[in-house]
Amino acid sequence: MKVRTNLLIGGTLFALVVAAGVLAPWLAHTDPIMDANLMNAELPPDHEFWFGTDGQGRDIYSRVLHGARISLTVGIVSQLINSVIGVCLGLSAGYWGGWWDDVVNGLTNLMLAVPSLVFALAIMAILSPGLTSLLIALGLTNWSYTCRLSRASTLSLKSLGYVQAAKMLGYGDVRIMATQILPNILGPIIVIGTLGMGGAVLAEASLSFLGLGIRPPSPSWGSMLSDARDQITTAPWISIFPGLAIFTTVLGLNLLGDGLRDILDPQSRARRA
Amino acid sequence: MLPFVVKRLLQTAPILLAVALLIFVLFSVIPGTFASSMSDDGHSVLDTQVMERMNHELGLDDPVQVRFAKYVGQLARLDLGTSFRSRQPVATVLAERMWPTLKLAFTAMVFAILLGVPLGFLAALKPGSLLDTASMVLAISGLSLPQFWLGLLLMYLFALSLGWLPSFGYGDGGFRNLVLPSVALGVAPMALLARTTRAAVLEIMNADFVRTARSKGMSEGRVVRWHLTRNALVIVLTTIGLQFGSVIGQAVVVEKLFSWPGLGSLLVDSVSLRDIPVVQGCILFIVLFFLLINMLVDVLCAVIDPRIKYS
Repeated sequence: MKVRTNLLIGGTLFALVVAAGVLAPWLAHTDPIMDANLMNAELPPDHEFWFGTDGQGRDIYSRVLHGARISLTVGIVSQLINSVIGVCLGLSAGYWGGWWDDVVNGLTNLMLAVPSLVFALAIMAILSPGLTSLLIALGLTNWSYTCRLSRASTLSLKSLGYVQAAKMLGYGDVRIMATQILPNILGPIIVIGTLGMGGAVLAEASLSFLGLGIRPPSPSWGSMLSDARDQITTAPWISIFPGLAIFTTVLGLNLLGDGLRDILDPQSRARRA
Repeated sequence: MLPFVVKRLLQTAPILLAVALLIFVLFSVIPGTFASSMSDDGHSVLDTQVMERMNHELGLDDPVQVRFAKYVGQLARLDLGTSFRSRQPVATVLAERMWPTLKLAFTAMVFAILLGVPLGFLAALKPGSLLDTASMVLAISGLSLPQFWLGLLLMYLFALSLGWLPSFGYGDGGFRNLVLPSVALGVAPMALLARTTRAAVLEIMNADFVRTARSKGMSEGRVVRWHLTRNALVIVLTTIGLQFGSVIGQAVVVEKLFSWPGLGSLLVDSVSLRDIPVVQGCILFIVLFFLLINMLVDVLCAVIDPRIKYS
């Protein structure tokens, strides 16, 4: 029963955000960057500006919709990079063992010792702010859990009969990893990926809030909030809506991840029952 | 016990060195130096001669391998270098900024532990109850909140609207200034601790030794005290140790929001100014702190759980 609730609510919230991002050009009332009008600055929400306007008189509703595109792009792409790195390293380390395993283990321990936001911050200091840099910074700093998990599952699978049989049939190492092992460890990795996507959305918002991610005037939720702090007494709605958008997205992804875990990760289901 | 501590300490040294190497490599590939970033900002254009002189003074025109050798040599003598901007030793700057951050991180963790652990524990004792559902909804919401947004809302509500607490700044470093930033920082680890505690207690509740204890007629209070608490504590402690890492990481954002004069705001400012020695020092300190906390947790776990050997 609870499984269904998680999946249903999480899936709905996430679908809502995806729809907002995809349909942004049609749903938005104004252009998120160009339509500034100081005559309309800091208007509270009303029937014309549903979420009010910001300090430059831009429609916050339109900006929040377009912000979904940035957040989703960063969340999905950077987590995909992380998952691919984690799976490749973890699978090969678990399968081949030896010195390669030691190298991967050392790298993973190193990554775990540096808090990922601090690491991403350091990378952003080197690259100039912008979408591509963010994808690199967040895509390279959060693969350690995926790597550990794929390594551990590979270790437990590689001695099983069907993997040994594939070896007897003369399959190459890469073919065994891709066709015999990968499909069987994918479930928990998808779960971690979903949760990691939420983390990446939060990290993007944090970095943009600090002025080190997406730069204004691009409508990133984080950078919208960083403008809002100074206006919080005169125009609190500027702070509220972008934050709600981040919260909705991340909550959706977290619930979805929890729901998927119950389905895809049989071990944790046994633990719960 | 002592050999165990020494051994764990020795294990952290290579990681620290690897982190030093990693951040050195990262920062030696940056195009542009401190001098060029000073001329980028528009209002102080430096000519080429001045830039060359600054680079020479700061030792930035040496080849990379020379700079790394110098850097490791300095590290070995616990010298973290000199800040490009303030020309003060990095160690002095760090020592100054360290306490506000430690204070903030520890208060946030105390808040998280005092609220999160009992919540998870009570939820697990009655799975499926109203309390259980409510606390798990609270936990997943807490994990999904952007901390700086929560901070912004707290600031608006308790400082600007109600006027109960100062809205930002360090003040005299007293409790009143500490409340809002540490709650903003502590909600996420609280949520995670509640979830972990609940999962740990639920798992142990179904373990064979608990069933044995119950069936031999042990009172419920004793089962909870002797079997559940002690076993769950190890998992909870490990989570607390790991959470310190993300708390220190997130402190960067929360400190910036509340203008808290700690390592986090120092790191962000130094990153935008390309004050590399300070950035390196901050990251090294953060990693060292995180490793030490986790070592402490390992030792504590070994004390609590006799099955863990000191070796």
